[in-house]
Amino acid sequence: MASPARLLVADDNKVNRLLLQRSLQLQGHHVSLAENGRVALEMLVREPFDLLLLDIAMPEMDGFQVLERLGKDLRLRDLPVIVTSAVEGMDSVVRCIECGAEDYLPKPVNPVLLRARIGASLEKKRLRDQQKELLRRFATREVAEDLDASGFKLGGRRLEATVMFSDIRGFTTMAEAMAPEETIELLNTYYMLMFDAISGHGGVINQMVGDGLMAIFGAPLALADSCGSAVRAAEEMLAMVALFNLEPDRKGKTPIRIGVGIASGSVIAGYTGTDQRATYTCVGDTVNLAARLEAHTKAAGHAILVDGATQAALGAAVITQALGPVVFKGKTLAVDVFSVGIA
Amino acid sequence: MTTSASPIRVEQGVEVQNRAWQEEETEMNHHGVIDATTFTELQEAAGPEFVRELVGTFLEEAPAMLADLRSARAAGDGERFRRAAHSLKSNCQTFGAMALGALAREIELRGLDPDPARDAAALGALDAAYLQAAAALEALSRG
Repeated sequence: MASPARLLVADDNKVNRLLLQRSLQLQGHHVSLAENGRVALEMLVREPFDLLLLDIAMPEMDGFQVLERLGKDLRLRDLPVIVTSAVEGMDSVVRCIECGAEDYLPKPVNPVLLRARIGASLEKKRLRDQQKELLRRFATREVAEDLDASGFKLGGRRLEATVMFSDIRGFTTMAEAMAPEETIELLNTYYMLMFDAISGHGGVINQMVGDGLMAIFGAPLALADSCGSAVRAAEEMLAMVALFNLEPDRKGKTPIRIGVGIASGSVIAGYTGTDQRATYTCVGDTVNLAARLEAHTKAAGHAILVDGATQAALGAAVITQALGPVVFKGKTLAVDVFSVGIA
Repeated sequence: MTTSASPIRVEQGVEVQNRAWQEEETEMNHHGVIDATTFTELQEAAGPEFVRELVGTFLEEAPAMLADLRSARAAGDGERFRRAAHSLKSNCQTFGAMALGALAREIELRGLDPDPARDAAALGALDAAYLQAAAALEALSRG
């Protein structure tokens, strides 16, 4: 038998509920019961289920309304739903399928058919979950959700965002003195810490190259205070690195130091690449400026550098220091550079 | 044959005969009211003990459905009227209560009749069919 699943039965008729529960328990599944659509939705939000068996004619909230609500809920839209109903006529079957139901079983439900349909639905869900998991591993949650919601389409849009670049100072020299395994382990730990700090403040890491990373705040999903979020993330990244350097197994080793450059403004964000292989990225002057600021941290002797647009949005709570205008490579105009915190 | 050799009195013989006839009549009722194949298949799939409990649940719930039909009729609530008939029909199909199910289905598909007297007559017939189905189901589930 297939592994047991967590199933929810929504039916206002007690005899139907108990009979379905019995059939499903005999098949080895864990079954919960809801006496109408509203109760079912509340339970679905509260606890995880693998599949919903849904009646149509119910008081308070009927099956069609439940299907519509599920379709609009990002977290629940992929839940397989098998409609079980004694409603007659093809119209209701068609409407259920159009509303996103996976399957339709007429009542009284034939136990053999029920087993087959549940098995097929759960298998499809397993494959979908696996696909999503892969997507999550190779893209960020935000990008995965964006892809899930609007589908994949090459091309971008212009939006306001804050871009962050960060890397480990002198990493190449450090890596030369380390065994390859040690280098990878160090990078993995470093990335784990940086991911936590960045995603904890609503940022999305969209590139990792060697010891460097690029993160976007405010895309693909808008962020209320992208400048403040990016700076707070940078401060947390520095704090994380400081803690990491204090760990016992880092004793006697060269402490890691990072540099972070942050710039805000207009970017073009979207999927670039080909239909077969693509990535979510941001391009534009703001991105180049953030990269230049990050590279400038070493010369400036400050760990976090931000541009004027970011600094202007920060407010008095964040201490910044004007370092004067700098003309970066490839640019004709000088840019005001600010350091964050104490050098 | 002597009277002393026969332990059964005439009155008793009539009673036994009557009882046999009644039992036969009851058997026939079961067959007419409940579809034996549906009921047996239900017992095979869910287990006779569970079906006994399920019949018990139905007998607890059905009077409320019948009452719901009447109050929906009185309130002119067409949706509730249809839903109650639908719910009853669905259970009848589960147990094989054909006659009761057919009446419930008619009410579900027709909905509220513009003439309340016709609905009253239909609900009266439904009540009568329910009493027959309930008795038959109870007897069947006891085995």
